[in-house]
Amino acid sequence: MKDHEHPLFVRVEKWRRRAGRVRDEVVVAAHGGGGKAMRDLIDDLVVRELGDAVQVDEDQARFEVSKLAGGGDRLAFTTDGYVVSPIFFPGGDIGRLAVNGTVNDLAVSGAKPHYLSCGLILEEGLPIAELRRIMKSMAAACAEAGVSIVTGDTKVVPRGAADKIFITTAGVGIISQGVEVGAQRIRSDDVVLINGYLGDHGAAILAARGELKLETDIPSDCAPLNGLVEALLAEVDVHAMRDVTRGGLAACLNELALSSEVGMVVDEHALPVRREVAGFCEILGLDPVHLANEGKLVIAVPAAQADRALKVMRAHRYGERAAVVAHCRPEPPGVVTLNTGFGSERILDMLVGEQLPRIC
Amino acid sequence: MKYVDEFRDPAVGRKLTEQIARLTDDYMKREKRTRPLKLMEVCGGHTHAIFKFGLDEVLPDAIELVHGPGCPVCVLPVGRVDDALHIATQPDVIFTTFGDALRVPGSKMSLLQAKAQGADIRTVYSPVDALAIARENPEREVVFFGLGFETTVPSTALTVKQAQAEGIDNFFLFSNHITIVPTIKAILDSPDLQLDGFLGPGHVTMVIGMRPYQFICDTYQKPFVVSGFEPLDVLQSIVMILRQLDEGRCAVENQYRRLVNDDGNPVALRAVTDVFQLRKFFEWRGLGSIDHSGLELKDDYAAFDAEKKYAIPALSIADPKACQCGEVLKGKLKPWECKVFGTACTPETPIGSCMVSSEGACAAYYNHGRLTTLRRPTATREATT
Repeated sequence: MKDHEHPLFVRVEKWRRRAGRVRDEVVVAAHGGGGKAMRDLIDDLVVRELGDAVQVDEDQARFEVSKLAGGGDRLAFTTDGYVVSPIFFPGGDIGRLAVNGTVNDLAVSGAKPHYLSCGLILEEGLPIAELRRIMKSMAAACAEAGVSIVTGDTKVVPRGAADKIFITTAGVGIISQGVEVGAQRIRSDDVVLINGYLGDHGAAILAARGELKLETDIPSDCAPLNGLVEALLAEVDVHAMRDVTRGGLAACLNELALSSEVGMVVDEHALPVRREVAGFCEILGLDPVHLANEGKLVIAVPAAQADRALKVMRAHRYGERAAVVAHCRPEPPGVVTLNTGFGSERILDMLVGEQLPRIC
Repeated sequence: MKYVDEFRDPAVGRKLTEQIARLTDDYMKREKRTRPLKLMEVCGGHTHAIFKFGLDEVLPDAIELVHGPGCPVCVLPVGRVDDALHIATQPDVIFTTFGDALRVPGSKMSLLQAKAQGADIRTVYSPVDALAIARENPEREVVFFGLGFETTVPSTALTVKQAQAEGIDNFFLFSNHITIVPTIKAILDSPDLQLDGFLGPGHVTMVIGMRPYQFICDTYQKPFVVSGFEPLDVLQSIVMILRQLDEGRCAVENQYRRLVNDDGNPVALRAVTDVFQLRKFFEWRGLGSIDHSGLELKDDYAAFDAEKKYAIPALSIADPKACQCGEVLKGKLKPWECKVFGTACTPETPIGSCMVSSEGACAAYYNHGRLTTLRRPTATREATT
């Protein structure tokens, strides 16, 4: 009998090849140490939850270029870090955010998102149950968006060196032949639309932090937008498209206006704002146009196609409250103004720092 | 939203602006007056509303709004910010402040910069939150940066009383509370500023009542209308001032009846007088020292006084040379006429505090009013003459 055929040896070797299990209740330094404990964590929490698309055998995921490209001729590639606090909030969590944020960054280029990476930075002491909940949520978000996490990395840092969990995702997608979306295509008679309520994510996070002692459960709008983008591109000649994130609608429109040197005038009364968010902002002296979203995009389309774009958006589950929010015009170039309804216009600039509540 | 939407109704707003145009026109013709009517809105809250809703643009050219000193962040002098930094950087201190004050520049840095360098500075929404932090951190010293006019003074007073009642000995107040009336008087005494009327502070008056303003009518013969902060409040208050001018009257009137009681709020006032006393003088940014305009803790509450505990430097530090906040606060200069407006001084890198708070006249112009400035070049010329 050869050594490796000895029953004891066989038993041990079989055991070594079993998918690992994490028995600790919290993340410890060893989970990032490169040894058996890390292997267990990856087996148990990453591969088990995210599924077989994760390629663990090598240090990189590999795909066939021709298969990936399909009918497309350009690759879109993006990365984003997620450090939200609290990590769980009404309408989502850091995992769902990390998938959707990157999916949306790809989608608004006109790309079809395919593969994501997932870098985890875990703080020692993070409950394993919370990590599992986050991984399950990432898996559900991937399933909804039709993407796969294919590679990743896990690090554990000492207590205090991170806030529970930070996630970095990168993503690749393919832009189909003929799809041209970019700020430079905006024309001075374009119409700008948004797919729903402003500021839901920002208000949800501020409220969930609990510092404001305001009882509200405004849900975050965290959602994947690639389905909506696909529907829009099939029906409408979209000139430009951006997802509305930090800085809110105001930052988004200003970026578009500056890149295209087109003026924009926003109709304040047409802005879709959830009642609860409007009230929340009133109390705190905030403005929904500066609050963050995580499931909203603005598109600039030719005026003649605005109605069709609105119809496509409203027919989609993430666009029921879509609205026309701004009209482009030649002058003043690069400046966004807001029509107040009092027969006057004012500048709508992007915010300088964070929005700080006013004293009185 | 109830109590908000009805006070932002553009249709009513248009009726009011028509009325304002008519009254102004009649008055100017009858008095054969060419110099525009100068009305001062006292509060930063008014300034904010005026620019947010573009009201300056719908008013006739013959009405010029002068933005008053009622923005507590804007009038905070450099020396007091330095004192706050001195306290905030003590080893055991948790320094708590309203969010607006974080960006006000001191002589070397702002609280926001000190925070980035490691000072434990936390934003609170009420002094009660600061007291809660003190309760939760008995081994630390928790200092509240008391800021604001009579609007915020009662809540600070009640918090100090609460701290005393509970025997909390690690809570301290750095009082920069100020009172509005001496400041209005200082402005009225300023020889180079001719105002025709005031939109009075709504929330201050909710506390102090209408009587303290009577001298403005008696001695200075200026109409004074206590005004709310929604666009229709501001427009209606302007109508009320114009009516007084038209009828040759001068009175303290209350537009903000849904909130302001003529006698103010006696309970709040009692708490304030229990805890605070007037300082002999207090320095204001741009306006210099104004007698009896600041509030400090009474001796009975000296144990809570951060100024006594931390031996603050209390230096009077001149505003940066290029900064013309003083002229802007007094209404002598329009914000865009300041030498550094929009170039060296922007909301990103404010030199003066009027560029910091969204209620500051300069920030309001910069953020919202640039169009108006472009469209009314005549206003620039008039204001400089």
